[in-house]
Amino acid sequence: MTSFTLNGKSVSVDDDPSTPLLWVIRDSLGLTGTKFGCGMALCGACTVHLDGIAIRSCVAPLSRVAGKHVTTIEGLSTDNSHPVQRAWIEIDVPQCGYCQSGQIMSAVVLLKDKPKPTDQDIDEAMSGNICRCGTYQRVRRAIHRAAEISAGAGHSHEKAAS
Amino acid sequence: MTSALLGKKENVGRREFLKTSAAAAGCLCIAAYVPELGAGARELAAAPPATFAPNAFLRIAPDETVTVIVNHSEMGQGVYTSLPMLLNEELEADWSKIKVEAAPVDPSYNHTIYGVQMTGGSSTTPSEWERFRKMGAMARIMLVEAAASKWNVPPASCKVAKGFVVHAESARKASYGSLAEAASQLKPPGNVPLKDPAEFTLVGKPTRRLDTPSKINGTAQFGLDVKIPGMLFAVVARPPVFGGKVSSIDSADTMKIAGVRAVEQIPSGVAVIAERYWAAKVGRDKLKLTWDDGENAGLSTSKMTEEFSRTSSRPGNIARKNGDPQGALSTAAKTISAEYDVPYLAHAMMEPLNCVVDLRADSCELWTGTQFETVDRAAAARVAGLPPEKVKVNTTLLGGGFGRRANPASDFIVEAVQVAKVAQAPVKVVWTREDDLAGGWYRPKWHDRFAAGLDAEGNPVAWTHTIVGQSIAAGTPFEPLMVKNGVDSTSVEGAADILYGIPNLQVDLHTPKIGVPVQWWRSVGHSHTGFSVEAFFDEVAHAGKKDPYELRRKLLAKEPRMLGVLNLAAEKANWGKPLPKGVARGIATHFSFETYVAQVIEASVEKNGNVKVHRVVCAVDCGRVINPDIVKAQMEGGIVFGLTAALKTEITLENGRVQQKNFHDYQMLRMFESPVIEVHIVPSDVSPTGVGEPSVPPVAPALSNAIFAATGKRIRSLPIRTSDLAQSDEVKS
Repeated sequence: MTSFTLNGKSVSVDDDPSTPLLWVIRDSLGLTGTKFGCGMALCGACTVHLDGIAIRSCVAPLSRVAGKHVTTIEGLSTDNSHPVQRAWIEIDVPQCGYCQSGQIMSAVVLLKDKPKPTDQDIDEAMSGNICRCGTYQRVRRAIHRAAEISAGAGHSHEKAAS
Repeated sequence: MTSALLGKKENVGRREFLKTSAAAAGCLCIAAYVPELGAGARELAAAPPATFAPNAFLRIAPDETVTVIVNHSEMGQGVYTSLPMLLNEELEADWSKIKVEAAPVDPSYNHTIYGVQMTGGSSTTPSEWERFRKMGAMARIMLVEAAASKWNVPPASCKVAKGFVVHAESARKASYGSLAEAASQLKPPGNVPLKDPAEFTLVGKPTRRLDTPSKINGTAQFGLDVKIPGMLFAVVARPPVFGGKVSSIDSADTMKIAGVRAVEQIPSGVAVIAERYWAAKVGRDKLKLTWDDGENAGLSTSKMTEEFSRTSSRPGNIARKNGDPQGALSTAAKTISAEYDVPYLAHAMMEPLNCVVDLRADSCELWTGTQFETVDRAAAARVAGLPPEKVKVNTTLLGGGFGRRANPASDFIVEAVQVAKVAQAPVKVVWTREDDLAGGWYRPKWHDRFAAGLDAEGNPVAWTHTIVGQSIAAGTPFEPLMVKNGVDSTSVEGAADILYGIPNLQVDLHTPKIGVPVQWWRSVGHSHTGFSVEAFFDEVAHAGKKDPYELRRKLLAKEPRMLGVLNLAAEKANWGKPLPKGVARGIATHFSFETYVAQVIEASVEKNGNVKVHRVVCAVDCGRVINPDIVKAQMEGGIVFGLTAALKTEITLENGRVQQKNFHDYQMLRMFESPVIEVHIVPSDVSPTGVGEPSVPPVAPALSNAIFAATGKRIRSLPIRTSDLAQSDEVKS
């Protein structure tokens, strides 16, 4: 058994410890917001937070998260109220939407590290997330907008992270 | 599956469909669809008691929920918002109460132009522009009638607003939900007049997408997210060479993996069936297989390039001929010629292909993101040995489509049903990214050979264009529809119908047969003709010492809508004005899917040959706009898609084997390379046309023309190679 904290709740799974976290989250724990895109940490669709850091869950073995805190897209808020989610709605970022969980999870960590990111900060933090629909310009705008919303709100929003 | 699927319109080409539809939009749709809106449609909508389901596209419940049943697949292009907007323009329900449900498969939901249930060809809007408004209007008329009858007042004295019928005179109002039961007892009206577009309150307004909230919190359900009781997972080992067959299977190591249930040979390869995806995937990695590669073992794309070039030196089947092109070439003051190449391309949707199948003795149910419901259902029924009515298709959200999920052979559906047959349990077949890229069904590889003749003033008087590439339609049920006199209309679209006024013109086509499966890919034939035609046009302009924008203006004088987008793009991009050192502009236009697009791209080339795209200015005329924000999003997305094709991707084969594996060697444009994109929409009141594809074709030529302007180097082959541009002079002018 491997135990860890997922979106604030303790979970235990009996998957082989070498199983990528992505498939544990999706198939064993039933949270399907985290997506499979490449299996090689090349596209970012599977991005989750491990103790507050963005990781690609498709290449992270289950053993790596034992005893740690994992946050997925489902853990950001219960009502789409996280500033990044609010900005994403305001700018209407998604098209097909498949990559957007990963985009959002990368953006949340960027904004935690750099509350007022520059375009270059965005290039650096977000270039690991591929969007085949080509929503990059809106992702960029929404990150700037989320920074404004957060500045107005003045506190951290990752409710379920710890 | 036969051409019967395609209804009665077999003898009409694709563009002709759209033209017919556009011309006849007014009356044909309602005449064709109202008779179907009786009891059958009500059953389809599966309405519980007291729910008002006046037609197959709408349910209104006593709790005020308005459910719009959408018959086109949502793959990012926004139809789960734009079609409800059309319906609600006439219904006038409270927009915040609108919910969307995917339609089941039924003739009531067939595309009004193509005659099957499908999504593609940038044709959802032309198909539904009339019908969805009629469906909303019909319901509104019945709700008003229910209220008027309850209040004993003439229906004409009632108005509707935001989900209520209002009788102002007596200060009474009733919500749609409260009228649902009474309205459901009424007979649908025979005559359903529509609003004058001048009265539109929703259509034409920027409106937030209805699917965004579910796509930012993990609740959106894609095919890969479907889970049904008792479901197993399968991953399939397919032959490394197209058409290969497995000759031996050693599954001993696979069967040792915990959770692996079975290894079974199926027609397309070897399926590993397991309790979890990961066990199936690891199990497949451990299979020891040998293959009989078959006749395609020698395929090589570099050899194809040479063969295509040789083939293009003689004319092919004529797609269009005006005047005397050869004569005009021989007497021209100046002639130029050039050859262009583009590679096979994979669609690479972010969600890899997948399909869940629950196959029983007398029924089959599928859950998948498909663009091709009618065709897939027929294919699944054939494999299952069931009549199509016994096959239920649940269309999920699509994590990208770009054409791949409208497969003419229903490849990923057929295979999944075959796996279900041997699995003897509900099963989800999952493709990996490697499976996706090596799996074929590519945009064809193309070669284009041009010659042009210029008069003494530098104006083009002759233009010949020989195209070489595989037919998408050949060998499919669509061949009778799409191939005429040896010309697949999608091979020459954007070339045979160019809008430039050139008096002597010939476009002809060679269609080699090659064992690489090919398919429509966002913008189809336009994805190559847009590049080659508009880049060669730029060569013609420079050969005649003309400004490429001004020459286009001159030769588009009789095409007011194209001229409109050309002028708008040039104006917004400050065509002709100075730019920072090293940066240059390129311009291109393209007409596709009845929509007009012009783009100006600003780009520079670094010393190492790296291309930097600074800004893309796009002008579009797609007729009347339903949701301007979605039109803009589609232009933005298509431009990024086009830049990826221009700068990044190619599928190559050597020894019959696809050489690309994953996103490290089939690279997508990423955030740091993504330019500023500005979209400008030409206001219009003509019937709306599609926006999903038309922004792709002008991207590569606008960029390569900009690179020529910046460096003097002409790009004639995609993707653009850094090595070809390295150490070039940074600035030409």
